[in-house]
Amino acid sequence: MKRLLKLSLQKPELAALLLLVILIGIFQVTSNGYFLSYTNMRGLLGFLPEMALVAVGVTLLMICGEFDLSVGSVFALMPMTMAVLMVAGWGFLPAVAVGLLVCAAIGFINGFLTIKFGIPSFITTLGMLFMARSMTVVISGGFPPRLQMDNIPEQLFIAFVGPSDLLRASFLWFVCFAVFIAFLLGKTNFGNWVRATGGFLPAAQAMGIPTARVKIACFMICSLLAGFAGMIQVLRLGSPLPSIGEGLELQAVAAAVIGGASLFGGIGSILGGVIGATLIRVIDNGMVLSQVDSNWFKFAVGALTILAVVANAWLRKRGRAMKVET
Amino acid sequence: MENATLENPIISVRNLHKWYSGVHALKGVSLDFKPNEAVGLVGDNGAGKSTLINILSGLHTADEGEIQVEGKTVTIANPRDAMDLGIETIYQYNSMVPIMSIARNMFIGREPLKMSFGGIGILDEATMREQSVEAIANVDLHLRSPDALVGELSGGQRQGVAIARAMHFRSKVMILDEPTNHLSVKETTKVIGFVNSLKQQSVTGIFISHNMHHVFACCDRIIAMALGEVVLDKPVGETSIDEVHDLL
Ligand SMILES: Nc1ncnc2c1ncn2[C@@H]1O[C@H](COP(=O)(O)OP(=O)(O)OP(=O)(O)O)[C@@H](O)[C@H]1O
Ligand SMILES: [Mg+2]
Repeated sequence: MKRLLKLSLQKPELAALLLLVILIGIFQVTSNGYFLSYTNMRGLLGFLPEMALVAVGVTLLMICGEFDLSVGSVFALMPMTMAVLMVAGWGFLPAVAVGLLVCAAIGFINGFLTIKFGIPSFITTLGMLFMARSMTVVISGGFPPRLQMDNIPEQLFIAFVGPSDLLRASFLWFVCFAVFIAFLLGKTNFGNWVRATGGFLPAAQAMGIPTARVKIACFMICSLLAGFAGMIQVLRLGSPLPSIGEGLELQAVAAAVIGGASLFGGIGSILGGVIGATLIRVIDNGMVLSQVDSNWFKFAVGALTILAVVANAWLRKRGRAMKVET
Repeated sequence: MENATLENPIISVRNLHKWYSGVHALKGVSLDFKPNEAVGLVGDNGAGKSTLINILSGLHTADEGEIQVEGKTVTIANPRDAMDLGIETIYQYNSMVPIMSIARNMFIGREPLKMSFGGIGILDEATMREQSVEAIANVDLHLRSPDALVGELSGGQRQGVAIARAMHFRSKVMILDEPTNHLSVKETTKVIGFVNSLKQQSVTGIFISHNMHHVFACCDRIIAMALGEVVLDKPVGETSIDEVHDLL
């Protein structure tokens, strides 16, 4: 029991992983074996990177002790910027570069305002949610520009690749980014600072860590990942709607929390965020296949989020009651 | 000759002033800390003890005055500057990140790296674990594993790890701000033992506490502050708990 407790404290994503396996099992049965079929997996894994990338960034930021509610809007703004520039005759790569620059700037502003004025990032990024969405609509000029798909290296982002074309190229991007961020967090001094900053800010400051810069860096990474994810979705759809990504910010927070991230910072893992995002996509997809009224989807995600927080809070309380002997 | 070098102060502060929006928290404090001595800093709530040591440890900067370390005038603009000068500070609460392991905590901000690029690099985790085990053993603390979370340790053990960390980085001056607050009698004894052992390791200790008995148990010299000024500065043999009490 004690070991189980300790394990779940150190690996907060384990519970979510267990749940994921169980749910896959259930949906496999209720969909009469269709859930794990090639066609369904191909569709599911094709969508997954878009939300999971956002969840990776949000998880990192939450571990650093901050929130970002603007990711859904940045998700729309980046590809809209790119599309508008391409319609104006820009090449694909320069347009992408400018789009990502916009994301980085938004992340910087989020972090700078939050730290400079000591306001909760919940508020700063809530403001940015509206501002970025508004900018998206304004630059779209009212109707979405169509992308000239021949100017886009499709095979680099959305084409199906891999064994029997199961995966999209976007999945590989997602895996690379997720592994890279997880490595950054777990194996580098920067990751140590992120955890210390989110885990206990006064100690991090007293040990001389540049906590402001660490936080701003996390805000920027989070925005960049959200923008990149939005770009992938738009490349898949062929046209940037100004409304994409609405509500995504909350799903990403839910994914991070379901994956074991604490709302108070310090605790959580990138793998957890990925599992949380997968869980949400699996529930969405599995409920449709099982012919459950799809309006229950949000209910399920909400219930799961609350359950995860309650379970983690309980675990941590139990964990705190344990002391190591000298 | 030998004696002369011993008498040169390791830290001297001259005429330090600090204002907090209207509150004059330090009113021209001048003090010398000699190498290898344990100094007890006492005083009522709000006397300015924490303000003084926060200036030395780089959390705050003085509005006026001068700090010398080993005879050289220095600017301590942030905690990193203080650490680089060999000044380590241990606070009751602020020293450790509870949700991180002992090994990780030992090296926060000073991680050994296998390779790095622009200051960011890959942690040398084996070295971190090895050296933390060694550092902890050196202060006579017995912990099972460097992977245990600091949050699982008792208050006294945490202070032990913080002290081990300061020793590991060869601090010359160790400042302890109320390290025995909220500790049990047994744990307090342990912390006082750590302070006592500093002398053997040739480290200057500055020990802040409200408990006179704790201070008198491990310090060579007592400094008392009241309302931002030094009101007493005597070797422990020339004063008594009663005298200090009467002054405050
Ligand atoms: N960050 C701050 N902002 C404003 N005033 C402060 C701040 N820190 C300390 N003060 C004020 O400065 C004075 C000295 O405080 P300080 O914390 O140095 O006292 P202390 O001797 O450490 O007291 P204690 O024994 O309670 O820890 C007090 O009047 C306090 O209210
Ligand atoms: Mg104090």
